[in-house]
Amino acid sequence: MNSTPSTAATMPHPQPASLSTAPDAQTPPAPEPAPEAGLTPMRRRTLMVGFFVLVIAAWHYAIVLLQVSPLIFPGPVSVANALVEAFQSGNIWPHLWVTLYEILAGFAFGALFGLLLGAMIGQSTLLEAVLYPYVVAFQTVPKVAIAPLFVLWFGFDTTSKVVITATIVFFPVLANTIVGLRSAPRDQIELMTAFTASPWHVFRMVRVPHALPYVFAGLDIGIVLAVIGAIVGEFVGSQAGLGYLILQRNYSMDAAGMFAILVVLSVIGLVLHSVMKLIARRVIFWTDSFTDLSRGS
Amino acid sequence: MNMPLTTAQAQPSAFGFNSLHKVFRSKDGANVIALRDVQFEVRQGEFVTVVGPSGCGKSTLLRILAGLATATEGGAVLGGRPVTGPSRDVGVVFQSPVLLPWRNVLQNVLVPAQIQGRDMAAATKRAMHYLELVGLETFVTKYPNELSGGMQQRVGIARAFVNDPMLLLMDEPFGALDAMTRENMNLELLKLKERTGATIMLVTHSIPEAVFLGDRVVVMSPRPGRVTQIIDVDLPTPRTLDMINTDHFGTYVSGIRANLNAAGGLD
Repeated sequence: MNSTPSTAATMPHPQPASLSTAPDAQTPPAPEPAPEAGLTPMRRRTLMVGFFVLVIAAWHYAIVLLQVSPLIFPGPVSVANALVEAFQSGNIWPHLWVTLYEILAGFAFGALFGLLLGAMIGQSTLLEAVLYPYVVAFQTVPKVAIAPLFVLWFGFDTTSKVVITATIVFFPVLANTIVGLRSAPRDQIELMTAFTASPWHVFRMVRVPHALPYVFAGLDIGIVLAVIGAIVGEFVGSQAGLGYLILQRNYSMDAAGMFAILVVLSVIGLVLHSVMKLIARRVIFWTDSFTDLSRGS
Repeated sequence: MNMPLTTAQAQPSAFGFNSLHKVFRSKDGANVIALRDVQFEVRQGEFVTVVGPSGCGKSTLLRILAGLATATEGGAVLGGRPVTGPSRDVGVVFQSPVLLPWRNVLQNVLVPAQIQGRDMAAATKRAMHYLELVGLETFVTKYPNELSGGMQQRVGIARAFVNDPMLLLMDEPFGALDAMTRENMNLELLKLKERTGATIMLVTHSIPEAVFLGDRVVVMSPRPGRVTQIIDVDLPTPRTLDMINTDHFGTYVSGIRANLNAAGGLD
C-alpha cells in the first residue's frame, strides 16, 4: 500500500494518535503550540487582509516604477477594471457556467469512479496486483497529452472536458481510497471479529469510516485539480468556457482581461476547496486535523 | 487422559482446554512451540486469572478460546462444544480499548449488539445498565477522544458485557493504565463479576493482580508455554484493597513468583 506514487499517498495520520494519546482529557485536545499561538481570529484576519493589501500595492508600484507595458503585464488597477467590465457587461457569465459545469461534472464522475475502483482494489490484493499497474501507467501519461484524443472522441462541446477532468480527479481519489481502506488498525478488526463480525460488518463499521479522512484528502486534491482539468480541456479545443475566453483574449492581446479570468479561476478553486473542507469537517468530525492538503501534482 | 466434557461437580464446566498444543512456524522455518499440553477446566461463574511472563503463550491461549487463533493439536471447549471460531457467547476486552472514534460511548458499547443483530431497544437498556455499573452513565454521548484512558477501558468493558456473554475474556485489560486507576478498575471488575455472575478469564503479567482477582490462578512459564501450577485462592470475598498487604496474600504472590523463577524466570 506504500506503492501509491502520488502526493495522495502522503496523508494525515487521522486518528491513530487521538485514541491512544488522550491520557486524562475531558477537554478537547489542547491546541498545538504553534509559533503564532495566541493570535485571535480577529488579528489573524487583520494580518491576512494586511498581507493582501501589501501584495497588491507591491504589484501596482512595481509595474509603475519599472514602466512595464500593460500589454505584457497589467497592473492591479487595470485587472480590476477588466474584472468589473466582464461582470458588468455580463460577457463572462455563460463561460463561467460552462467551466463550472465541466469542473463539477468531471469531479463527480472522477470521484465516483475513483471511489468505486478504490473500494474494490482496497478489498483485494489480487485486484490490486492485476489492475493497479494499468492505473499507474495511465496516471503517468500527462493528461494534457491525451486531451486532444478526448476532443477527437467526444467532440468540441463540454463532454470532452468533463471526461478530461474526470481522468485527472480519478487518481488522487482512487489512491487515497485504497490507502484509507487499509488503514484500519489490526486490533480494531480483530475485536470486531471476536464479536462475530462478518467481513461486511468490518468493512462498513470499521474500514469505511477509517478511510474517510483519506478519501476527503483525495477529494480535496481532486476538486482543485478539476479546475485545471477543465481549463486544459478547453485549451485543446472548445467553443465556450473560461479557458476558451483566455485564448480569445490572448489573440486580442488583452493581458488585463486574461488576468481577470485567472482571478476568477483562482476564486473558483478557493471556494470549491473551502466547501470541501467544510463538508469534511462535518463528516469526519472525530479527526481534528483536516489539514490543508490541496496541492497540484 | 481426555477431559470429560461434562463434570459431576456442582457447577457445570464453562470452558476448558483439552491437551492443547500450539506450534508457530518462525520465519526461518523452524517450529516454535508456543503452548504445550495445556489442560484445565473452568467452572461456570469462576474468575480464573492466567499469569506468566511475556512469551509464555497466555495471550495465544486466550485468542484460541476467543476463536481468533487455532490450536495445532487438541483445542478449547466452550459450553461443551469445541471452539471453531468466534462465539456470540463470548465478550472480549483487549489491552487497548480500541473504541471507534466516530461513535460516542453508548454507540461504542452497542457495537457487538449491532453486529449480532440483537434487539437494539433491549440492548440499549443493557448498555445503559452496564455503563452505570462502570460509572459512565453521564458520559454516554461523549466521544472516545474526550475520555481518559481508564474511562475508555471502562467503555470497552461495558461493551464486552452488553450481550450478557457466558464468558468474558480479558487480555491484559489494565496493562496500559497507571497503578491507581488499575486498582480501582480491579475493584470495579470484581463488583461487575459479583453482580453478573459472569465467568471470566483474565490474562495478566502482574502476579498481585492475578491473585487479587482470581478464584483460581493458572501459572504459566515460557519456552515452551505450559501450565506449571494452578492455585485456588481462598482469600475472602468480596476482596478489598487492604488484603493486598496481608501475609496471606503475600504468601500466594511469593509462592507464584518462586514457581515462575524455578520454571525459567521472570524477565
